[in-house]
Amino acid sequence: MPRPRSRIRSRAHHLTEPVRPAALLLTAVLLLAGCANPSTGSDKDDPKAPVTLKFWHGWSEKKEVKAIDESIARFEKLHPNIRVKSTGNVTDATVNQALRAGGGDAPDVVSSFTTNNVGQYCSSGMWVDLDPFMRKTGLDKKAVFPKTLLDYTAYQGRQCALPLLADAYGMYYNVDAFEQAGISRPPRTLSEFKRAAVKLTERTKGGSYRRVGFMPNYRLYENKPDRLFAQWGPTYFDADGKSRLAEGTAAKEFLTFQRDLITALGGYGPLEEFRTTFGDEMSSQNAFVTGKLAMHLDGEWRGLMLEDAKPRFRWATAPLPVPDDKADTYGRGYLTGTVAGIAHSSKHQNAAWELVRFLTADTDQVVTFANAMRNVPSTKAALASPRLDRDPAFATFLDIARNRHSVGMPPSVNGGQYIITFTDFAYDVESGKVRDLTKGLRALDRQIDNDTLQSQD
Amino acid sequence: MAPRHPAPALRRKHRRARLRTLAFLSPWLVGFGVFFAYPLLATVYFSFMHYNQIEAPTFVGLRNWTYVLGQMPLFGPALWNTLWLVVVMVALRVVFGLGIGLLVTKIKSGVGLFRTLFYLPYLAPPVAATVAFVFLLNPGTGPVNEVLSAIGVSAPNWFNDPDWAKPSLVMLSLWGIGDLMVIFMAALLDVPKEQYEAAELDGAGALAKFRYVTWPSITPIVMFAVVTGVVQTMQYYTQALVAGKLASGVSVGPGSSIQPGYPDHSTLTVPQLIYSLGFQNFNTGAACVLSLVLFAIAMAVTSLLMRKSAGLQTAED
Repeated sequence: MPRPRSRIRSRAHHLTEPVRPAALLLTAVLLLAGCANPSTGSDKDDPKAPVTLKFWHGWSEKKEVKAIDESIARFEKLHPNIRVKSTGNVTDATVNQALRAGGGDAPDVVSSFTTNNVGQYCSSGMWVDLDPFMRKTGLDKKAVFPKTLLDYTAYQGRQCALPLLADAYGMYYNVDAFEQAGISRPPRTLSEFKRAAVKLTERTKGGSYRRVGFMPNYRLYENKPDRLFAQWGPTYFDADGKSRLAEGTAAKEFLTFQRDLITALGGYGPLEEFRTTFGDEMSSQNAFVTGKLAMHLDGEWRGLMLEDAKPRFRWATAPLPVPDDKADTYGRGYLTGTVAGIAHSSKHQNAAWELVRFLTADTDQVVTFANAMRNVPSTKAALASPRLDRDPAFATFLDIARNRHSVGMPPSVNGGQYIITFTDFAYDVESGKVRDLTKGLRALDRQIDNDTLQSQD
Repeated sequence: MAPRHPAPALRRKHRRARLRTLAFLSPWLVGFGVFFAYPLLATVYFSFMHYNQIEAPTFVGLRNWTYVLGQMPLFGPALWNTLWLVVVMVALRVVFGLGIGLLVTKIKSGVGLFRTLFYLPYLAPPVAATVAFVFLLNPGTGPVNEVLSAIGVSAPNWFNDPDWAKPSLVMLSLWGIGDLMVIFMAALLDVPKEQYEAAELDGAGALAKFRYVTWPSITPIVMFAVVTGVVQTMQYYTQALVAGKLASGVSVGPGSSIQPGYPDHSTLTVPQLIYSLGFQNFNTGAACVLSLVLFAIAMAVTSLLMRKSAGLQTAED
């Protein structure tokens, strides 16, 4: 008796015809997927050979572009063999996509206005490790750059970026409004701050506001929760990289204080409604410029803008207040800044390093550029330079940058995702959606850990 | 007895016919392969991979699926918002489009003016229309709330209120109803006049004429509007993103990024989440999972509607 034919084999035989094209297509997909990675560059180039570098940056305002163009002209004079073609107003999203897509037009030197994405740039290898270049050219990074700034430009020991000027956050205040309210000096502790904010708030008969002492809502301009939270000196991750916002009391105290301040100033809804009447942050209709805010969190660059805008009141700067039980840390603030690095796809990495080294570590260049941009210089030598502008409004921010308690955000593998998640949580807290802070913070930690794990797979 | 296999000449003829058919079909086949089959297969492939678009993809099994379906809190709101918009926006657009189409076809004088008035907003670019709407509905400075408050009506916060943000988007979409109005007008003008006359002779009123004459004639067009509306709304992205960003007032400079969906994720749609995951976080695997979920829902809803449409046509026949 003949052995019965295997049903599976028989079925496979019948399916051979239709399956073949699908299998071929699938194979093609797999092959194409494997080939999708953009090419990596090379550090075998001679930095003295003639070359044109492509440099992408985020500056777009006339004065800023002039300052960066002058910096490039100075660099080209020092390195006659290197021409630099710069492109301004480039966002992180554009840099990210261009470097992933590759191609001939991708930049050699890249910069970013935020430190949030450094972890992603370093861990993915999108920006090359700069340590070998520093070793090759004898640059001692620890001697040149302040520690906080070095920390936010590296991820797990990989220094894929260097600080290119820094930003410090402090408080701008309306001196005339302070005098009218009988307040003699800017608040230093949070209880002083809350009292001053209430005293400086003026409401209309209809229940709206003429002015708020301080707009606590997180969607106002630079009022991001991470910037305010810096006054508590928070720890976001433990040594193993696990989110630890629910541990300790800092996050709970910070969010509770924020809620209390909102309540004291009239409640979330009315404040949000008042906020929607504010003009654009970078325009002459900025709410601090128009006198709708008496105290305002902002970066050092605002000083130059206020000088240009000429508001109808006297203004001054001070560090943001700190929690009452941390009064000895007064003077601290949040630090971030522009960072620069070399694209992984660059074929001229040694020449690109010459540009990065000049922009970030050359003292004369950093001081000149910082003065032109009214940004905080990002090297120790530049911070101590006698050539640095030192008007009182700007000096406040230089002091914040030097303060040993000032903090930046820790880099993470998925860029600023944990900051976005934290910000979303803070939105829910300020609008009263989160009742149990402890439970909410635990869930927030879990979410941040899940997102991190997902990005590490 | 007939031979089991056709003669060689006949086989050649069949082969030539097949090749001719394939040659005529080839532009479609190429388009289908490049723009549908390949992306779909690649999406399935990447949904099982960890891939940040720089390093080579690595296999992670069902990790992306469990992350999206079980650990990503934004998946629920994004899906809910998308389905809400599909149901409410599509239904209202069809009703309004048909209503305005009926109105314009019945108007005796000034037809051209009304057609133009209703059609013009459709020509406004989506971003410009959204910017204008957000400005008009600004709770603090917008003219709409000023007028409402002048007549004693307590106006909502529109795009700044999670309960009103989606209805505000629906209003924006109804403002640009011109495309559907034109389609319905063409369908309405195509209904045979003699059928209306016959109905009138039978004593039918306006409602009965619509029910028994107009509706059966325009059913295929209504179904077309519903199916294309569902597919378009499943891909709803630009208006929700622009409105959210503008209304939030958060500055988005070269170094900043925000989570779309303001306020409180009430305008976050699945396509926005896909973009955010895929091209802001470069979490390709999770973005692919979400794309496949959206594709499956779109396919299921569309097939259901097409089946319903076939049923209606059969009943009509």
